[in-house]
Amino acid sequence: MTKGQKKILIASVAFAAAFGIAPTATAMHIMEGYLPLGFCIAWGIVSLPFLVNGFFSIQKKLKENGKNITILAMSGAFIFVISSLKIPSVTGSCSHMTGTGLGAILFGPGAVSILGMIVLIFQAVLLAHGGLTTLGANTFSMAVAGPFLSYAIYVLCKKCKVNRRAGVFLAAALGDLFTYCITSFQLAIAYPAEGGVMASMAKFLTVFAPTQIPLAVVEGLLTVVVIITLENYAQPELSNAGYLENEKM
Amino acid sequence: MKRTDKKVITAILAAVILISALPLFVLKGAEFGGSDDAGSQVIEEIETGYEPWFTPVLEAMIGGEIPGEVESLLFCVQTGIGVGIIAFLLGRFVERKKWENAENSKSVKEKEAVMILKDLQ
Repeated sequence: MTKGQKKILIASVAFAAAFGIAPTATAMHIMEGYLPLGFCIAWGIVSLPFLVNGFFSIQKKLKENGKNITILAMSGAFIFVISSLKIPSVTGSCSHMTGTGLGAILFGPGAVSILGMIVLIFQAVLLAHGGLTTLGANTFSMAVAGPFLSYAIYVLCKKCKVNRRAGVFLAAALGDLFTYCITSFQLAIAYPAEGGVMASMAKFLTVFAPTQIPLAVVEGLLTVVVIITLENYAQPELSNAGYLENEKM
Repeated sequence: MKRTDKKVITAILAAVILISALPLFVLKGAEFGGSDDAGSQVIEEIETGYEPWFTPVLEAMIGGEIPGEVESLLFCVQTGIGVGIIAFLLGRFVERKKWENAENSKSVKEKEAVMILKDLQ
């Protein structure tokens, strides 16, 4: 990267941070105590196999090559950063992104389940954001469903020979949106409105979706930036992780 | 970094800044509250008088809501941890690439020198 580019990068990060943090409000994820106990337990149980699978998947990746830890740490750190930035959106309310797309593309969705849950625990305990009782539900939406869709879209784009970066963008953006669709669904089945679950889901979606769409675009774009940077500077790690298999740079 | 990549990144970052900053200027006077506050409002709309049955651990411990300033501090800590890790690792990658390039050009030059020597002999 040139000097000028670095300056732009730093300026933009500072800019994003300033705008993201200034309006303080508890945003996104299902809040502590807002999901009936039965649902909390059920979503926890549903998430459990994915977490176990994620644990083994990370173990396997690290056994294959210890150096994978660098990119894995980076994917985790990316989730930390991205999910801490609350960004104003067109609807006049703030929300934040998930950041799980990057890890899903590089390591597969399994590994991200663990990374995502670490971030969720951090936020639930320290930030009163999300919650320990709703951890299972939030893990499922942000660390399981989103990454799995991201990965599926990425693989699909690869099969259809879509431009790789376009594929990365679509995967990250749609994964982010899907997370909030799942959140709406989780709230809807817990709180069916008159007219049933679907009516309730539509209600929650109208709250979440318009806010989230521009943010999903931003997440997609930022994920592409990170991927481009890694493609330039960390080729050995990317091929170890399986991202650059039989592809020429 | 490749030239086209640099251009792409610059364009993308410009777009990101535009998307995230624009609402602030266009929707003057909007509250910009969190969208899960809006979510809780919908819950209360569907089930009037709903009371959350569990309070966040930290809030229970300090007996009230986390003060706004402290909350933004904790969010900054989260961002800081992430940025720190990314910056550290990326710094290593960039340096490594620089060294590799230097090594490569050095070994190429050495080979050339050997070839010239052989020619002279």
